[in-house]
Amino acid sequence: MTIAQILAVTIFVVMFILIVIDKIERQYITLGCGLLTLGLVFGLAMHSGNAVTETLNVRSIFTQGFWYTAGQAEESSSGINWSTIIFIAGMMIMVEGMARAGFFRWLCMKLAKLVHYKPIPLFVAFMIMSALLAMFIDSITVILFLAAVTVELAKLLKFDPIPMILSEIFCANLGGSATMCGDPPNIIIGTSLGYSFGDFLSNTGMMAGISLILVIVYFFFVYRKELMQEEAEAVEISSMPDPKEAITNKKDFVISCIIFGCAVVMLVTHAQTGLTVAFIGLVIALITLITAGKHALGLLKKVDYKTLLFFIGLFMVVGGLEQTGVLEVIAGFIGNVSKGNLKLMIAIIIWVSAVASAFVDNIPFAATMIPVVKSLAATQGVDLETLAWALSMGTDIGGSATPIGASANVVGTSVAAKNGYLIGWGKYCKSAAPATIIVVTVSMLIIFARYC
Amino acid sequence: MEKQTIISVGREFGSAGHEIAEKIAKELGFNFYDRNMLDEIAQEKNIEVKYLEKYEEKPRNLILSRSVKGYSNSLEEVIADMQFEYLRKKADKGESFVVVGRCAEEVLKDREGLISIFILGDREAKINRVKEKYQIDATEALIKMKRHDKNRKRYHNRHSDGKWGDSRSYDLCVNSSKMGVDETVDILVTYIRKRMENREA
Repeated sequence: MTIAQILAVTIFVVMFILIVIDKIERQYITLGCGLLTLGLVFGLAMHSGNAVTETLNVRSIFTQGFWYTAGQAEESSSGINWSTIIFIAGMMIMVEGMARAGFFRWLCMKLAKLVHYKPIPLFVAFMIMSALLAMFIDSITVILFLAAVTVELAKLLKFDPIPMILSEIFCANLGGSATMCGDPPNIIIGTSLGYSFGDFLSNTGMMAGISLILVIVYFFFVYRKELMQEEAEAVEISSMPDPKEAITNKKDFVISCIIFGCAVVMLVTHAQTGLTVAFIGLVIALITLITAGKHALGLLKKVDYKTLLFFIGLFMVVGGLEQTGVLEVIAGFIGNVSKGNLKLMIAIIIWVSAVASAFVDNIPFAATMIPVVKSLAATQGVDLETLAWALSMGTDIGGSATPIGASANVVGTSVAAKNGYLIGWGKYCKSAAPATIIVVTVSMLIIFARYC
Repeated sequence: MEKQTIISVGREFGSAGHEIAEKIAKELGFNFYDRNMLDEIAQEKNIEVKYLEKYEEKPRNLILSRSVKGYSNSLEEVIADMQFEYLRKKADKGESFVVVGRCAEEVLKDREGLISIFILGDREAKINRVKEKYQIDATEALIKMKRHDKNRKRYHNRHSDGKWGDSRSYDLCVNSSKMGVDETVDILVTYIRKRMENREA
């Protein structure tokens, strides 16, 4: 191992440990480690200005391919993935606009009213809605609103919201795996490897769709006793909150619905139109800000800059591993263990990703694994797409297994606990861990059947 | 009407800080809050109090918990927040009270009537007290003491700007081993009364 490799690995490990310890805000950790990578790894050990330029990757923003690909696949490049950053920033602004107009609360209340507030239909409907919303909107926002409404309904209807919240969390993560923009690992995989929204939908989307049916049956089976009892004891509520009350401003509500619809259409058709996700993110953000008028500044202030900075720092640290060839060593190791057997490679990638994502943040893990699968595909002569779908399903679904595996799990269990519904590791894992194993196994079998 | 006074008492394990705080409350006729606040929280949130007791005044587990955008799924932190909220509500009502631990000197630092105290003790005196209270030998007492103090320190420092037991974080730090529980209470009550008088003046 060279000094540069040792330094890059050390910085990466320190970054991971500091993120887990959670004493310092995570954006400072990744940015600090990113700067150390630039200074120590590229500067001191490698004396390579080129590595710095490639990792910062600013030049890519000023190329036509960054915004418009004219029917070609998007340019894939190493270093900071600016497409991901711009897209996520754009979606954040759009989601803030939607939340301000009362869209999410209205949707939850409307759906609850449609199923007449009956516990079992509510349980199934909220799971499906969680998955569908998470296909386009970040799972944190989805769970934040769903869990809050679930607790509110639980208090009015006198049922235990924990089974519903746990199943909603799982479905939010599952829905996120279905599309390119559903979960950050997918955005990074898609933009780094040049896959479109349609590619994800027809591959991971299909796996997620089949899994969703299984998961609904599974969670119903797990909580059948509680649900049956609640259904029997369901209280008649004459005065439930009117969904319309959630809408803060009718005009803003209509506008936010139209913008959301446009975003969905642009994302679904981006392979045909040639518009990149960076372009879509920027346009959506601009339209939201223009239509928000005097509230535009407020929306901009609400953007989670900390997360964006976290991503920038993270990409720099992973760039260090990439430039020093550490990730090729890992790819070589997986290649040797699997001896070129594609099925074994898929099994290793999906299960290692799932187990790792259950305990550590899946975003750094996915960002690290992308160059690994790229190198693995190149050296072993296997289809990159197959490995990418295995990585995507492993990282997206693995995070569902434990309360700390994904952001939605943390937010959902936190909202529940604040309202007096404590969810410890035991209660969480009892239902979520078997569901995770089922979905990862099903996904692996689908990949085997379809691509091997 | 008398101005509101809030006494926060931080303490080392075995220093008799809890007993001293309870006696101060009795002496001044103030409400006394310690673990008992969990009963009210449990009733309000409809949770069994034993679940709250399991996680209260403990540091979060570094490996088994995470926080995202200010949302933590550490039950220790959620329950700490519930207790902080409880204390703020009590303070908002204008009530005068004595509270043991729970980072009260940090949570209520912006309250005009706050008097923050930290009780410490000599190592031997603390060991003897723990030995007697829990009917254990000196080695076990020392281990128990170290474990509790370590947890209190981690819990406190997670939620506070100041360091646990650092004299700069409190109005008064007293070694209870030097004068015993009752005389320490007398001195502290005199100090508190003087402070109250100064504020009334």
